Amino acid sequence: MVELIVYGIVLGSIIAVASIGLTLIWGITGVFNCAHGDQMTVGAYVALLFVVMFSKVNIFQGTVGPFSFSWGVLIAFIPAILFSVGLAILMDRWVLKPLRKAGVHPIAGFIATIGVAWILRGMIYIFWGADFHFYAQGLRPMIFLPLGIKLRTDEIFIVFIALAASAAVYIFLQKAKMGKALRALSDNPDLARVSGIRTERMLVWAWGIAGTMVAIAGILYGIETQLRPEMGWIFLLSLFAAVILGGQGSIIGALAGGLVLGIAQQVSTAWLAPTYKPAVSFIIMILVLLFRPVGIFGKRRE
Amino acid sequence: MGTAIGGILSFLISFAVMASIYAIFTMGLNVHWGHTGLINFGVAGFFCVGAYTSALVTSPMPTGVLAQYIKQAFGFNAPFLVGVLAAGIICAALAVLIGMLTLRLSEGYLAISTIGIAETIRIFFNNERWLANGPQGLIGLPQPLHGLVPPAYYNYVYLVIVLIFLAIIYIALEKGIRSPWGRVLRAIREDEIMSGANGKNVFYFKLQSLALGAFIMGVGGALYAHFSAAIQPSAFEPLFGTFIIWAMVTLGGTGNNKGAIAGAFVVWALWSWSTFIILKIVPPAFQTRAPYIRYLLIGFLLIFILLKKPKGLISEERQVSKF
Repeated sequence: MVELIVYGIVLGSIIAVASIGLTLIWGITGVFNCAHGDQMTVGAYVALLFVVMFSKVNIFQGTVGPFSFSWGVLIAFIPAILFSVGLAILMDRWVLKPLRKAGVHPIAGFIATIGVAWILRGMIYIFWGADFHFYAQGLRPMIFLPLGIKLRTDEIFIVFIALAASAAVYIFLQKAKMGKALRALSDNPDLARVSGIRTERMLVWAWGIAGTMVAIAGILYGIETQLRPEMGWIFLLSLFAAVILGGQGSIIGALAGGLVLGIAQQVSTAWLAPTYKPAVSFIIMILVLLFRPVGIFGKRRE
Repeated sequence: MGTAIGGILSFLISFAVMASIYAIFTMGLNVHWGHTGLINFGVAGFFCVGAYTSALVTSPMPTGVLAQYIKQAFGFNAPFLVGVLAAGIICAALAVLIGMLTLRLSEGYLAISTIGIAETIRIFFNNERWLANGPQGLIGLPQPLHGLVPPAYYNYVYLVIVLIFLAIIYIALEKGIRSPWGRVLRAIREDEIMSGANGKNVFYFKLQSLALGAFIMGVGGALYAHFSAAIQPSAFEPLFGTFIIWAMVTLGGTGNNKGAIAGAFVVWALWSWSTFIILKIVPPAFQTRAPYIRYLLIGFLLIFILLKKPKGLISEERQVSKF
């Protein structure tokens, strides 16, 4: 049981990192970004591209400390994040911004992001094929913790990076002027606008944060399991559940929601077939919505 | 030469059957989204339940050796029409249940909740082998009027059956949306609070809309099950079960049943024909990946329509009520 909770924290920390961007964009624009999962996949695959290139020219091949992956994977975070940020900003400029300008209902944006999701997934299928990929071959070192918990060393890395990334974003949003403006925008877009916050410029920053976090989450998920073209799309369903559980635009809510769902999904495998994991997320989400229609940390807005 | 034409013709007929089945779904979604503004992203759930209901109701309980390989909760061996009707009724009942839980949520939450419910339904059918044979699904489902013509020409018969259903649903919906009832639905879509202030029970009307659309989707699911004669849970994943239908409605024209039907045919033509064309032009080494070009095609089309032609191919008609 304790073991399942620990695995849940690993899964939950990935969900939490990925859902920060989703809740931020949802809070500011009212659009649920259906391409978020596939952006995660893109981040993971761009990192893979660099890992493969490094191994072709035989640089950064030594494994990092006790972990299963090479230095190349760590370095590949940088191009993956840059690519993901660029993609997120372009996606907003080319697809969502024109829709905002036309003043259509946010649901049009929601549907448009489904189109983006298809395009991204199609590209991944075309360039990499449907096969599974791994960042590292061979054994994955384990460590043994008290209470009989077996944990892969990689999983400690995952939780550590996830915590560091979430903490960085949280501190940025709490302390930096830019962060405060973003929070204001996410909390009440109209009030923020009349207070002189430039929405469009802020949105570029929001997409930048979303792109960064989603790429990190994609690579961490790739390290934890394997890379496959549908990975992000399937993960997206848990992300939606996490941000709804947390409440619209609430970063803390998304982090808490991610952890709760990660733990709930893993613990449920004690009684249910593991294939029920996504369903567990949703059932929890719907139950919470029935009693608190704005999520756990959400505020009622009129 | 004769066989080549025969091949093209039989491809066209099976294309028309599938597109017509999708057209039934797009009209069902039009009731939800086009006329009432309900964001049902769980079309696949009703698709799945409709298909399985009719399959279980119309197929006989497996006996003898077969019973070891095929597990199903029940099998009534009932006629085709009973199966279709049962599919519609079960889906409508399910919709009432889902509506009670989710219709009070605001629209974004409704959207995500319905995706979740549809996925939960699919995962349930996939895991619970006692119910309908789990991931292997049900095969050899009965087909109506099967002995009428040689098997090679059966799809012609089935096309006629599907078109009859399509016509009945189309005419009934056109009557319905022009009635005072349809006017209330559109009023709710345009301004929920105003309709409530005018004494309409918004929740109750939404529930009716959800049930009616789900009934139509159930019928569509049943027609799909008997056409393909084999169903398994993987056929009801969100891409084919829900989002391609949304693309069809968005492209064809939200709130217009003619547009919904046109959208179903256009998108399905793009999806099923592009494989042929793509496989003709790409080098052999690329053949396994080429079909995924369709993802790009549909994705770009969806975004293009939303940006350039947000009302779709055929935009909503002005409705003038006749008394």
